[in-house]
Amino acid sequence: MLKTYVFLVCFILFSMSSASLFAGPRGEPKEPIVFDNPQVEKDYLELSEELRCLVCQNQNLIDSNAELADDLRREVAKMLKQGNNKEQVTEFMVDRYGDFVLYNPPLKSTTWLLWGGPFVLMFFALLLMIKKISSFKKDENEDSAELSAQEKEKLQSILKDK
Amino acid sequence: MKKQFLTPLIIFGFLVILLVVGLMKSETVRDVPSPLIGKAVPEFSILTVEDQAQSFSSEELKGQVSLVNIWASWCVSCRAEHKLLNVLAQQGVKIYGINYKDELVDARRWLSAYGNPYVKSAHDLTGRAGIDWGVYGTPETFVIDKKGMIRYKHTGPVYQDDIVDKILPLLEQLKAEA
Repeated sequence: MLKTYVFLVCFILFSMSSASLFAGPRGEPKEPIVFDNPQVEKDYLELSEELRCLVCQNQNLIDSNAELADDLRREVAKMLKQGNNKEQVTEFMVDRYGDFVLYNPPLKSTTWLLWGGPFVLMFFALLLMIKKISSFKKDENEDSAELSAQEKEKLQSILKDK
Repeated sequence: MKKQFLTPLIIFGFLVILLVVGLMKSETVRDVPSPLIGKAVPEFSILTVEDQAQSFSSEELKGQVSLVNIWASWCVSCRAEHKLLNVLAQQGVKIYGINYKDELVDARRWLSAYGNPYVKSAHDLTGRAGIDWGVYGTPETFVIDKKGMIRYKHTGPVYQDDIVDKILPLLEQLKAEA
């Protein structure tokens, strides 16, 4: 009982100390992002879903709790409020972070495999399937080929016996 | 063995190779290739950590070969590479700092405690300059040539191998350029 208690106290102390170790950047508490124009808000939400957070790379800006994601969300909101359109904001991000920031990568020389790959695979799969099916058909035809004279005789004798 | 039993085995072998290559590459894959390489440094002019009456602007990076290091007092891996930066500075490498999203007091305390390898450090409190530099994980180190162009980016702490194998040879090469 005492052991568990000591362990718990140690655990709590340890987690408190490590929490301060992993402290991120400090600063003033931030204002929430508010929009007056519903169209701008819609653009903002769409963009925040299309742009990737570079810290937690499998999350988009709107899902991510990373400090950088928050900064980038605010930057997106600011630019849209200043009258930039979605393309301009996207370009701003790509200029700084590269195509990697896009969840919907553009079609170009470095991404053709990504876009074309599935179709190439499907082409080969279809080819294989057609080959298989036609070989099955061939087998069937061979089985139902004409009987030889000897086989016909045998068949007749079996039928007679019945 | 019949050919039809061999096919799944070959496909499986191929998948295993893909998996192994993926695993081996995953360490480097986190490094997002920077679109800034080969481009001029982003323009900025920010007050310095050392002296809030002085500023550090992108103009100063022209005409010399230098390193720009993004650091913060709250960044644990920045501390890991700090000693190496001190050594580099002693050897005469010009290192400029961008102090990313840090309180002035904390940044100054850090510099007095661990040494200051920087010619000067810009105090980028909001992280806005960091966005222009495409910063996504401190520390980051950029190599700047004489024209003020970014030639190389290293994300994460630099280790001795990175300095000896990549950064120092590149600095020599850039110094030889006109």
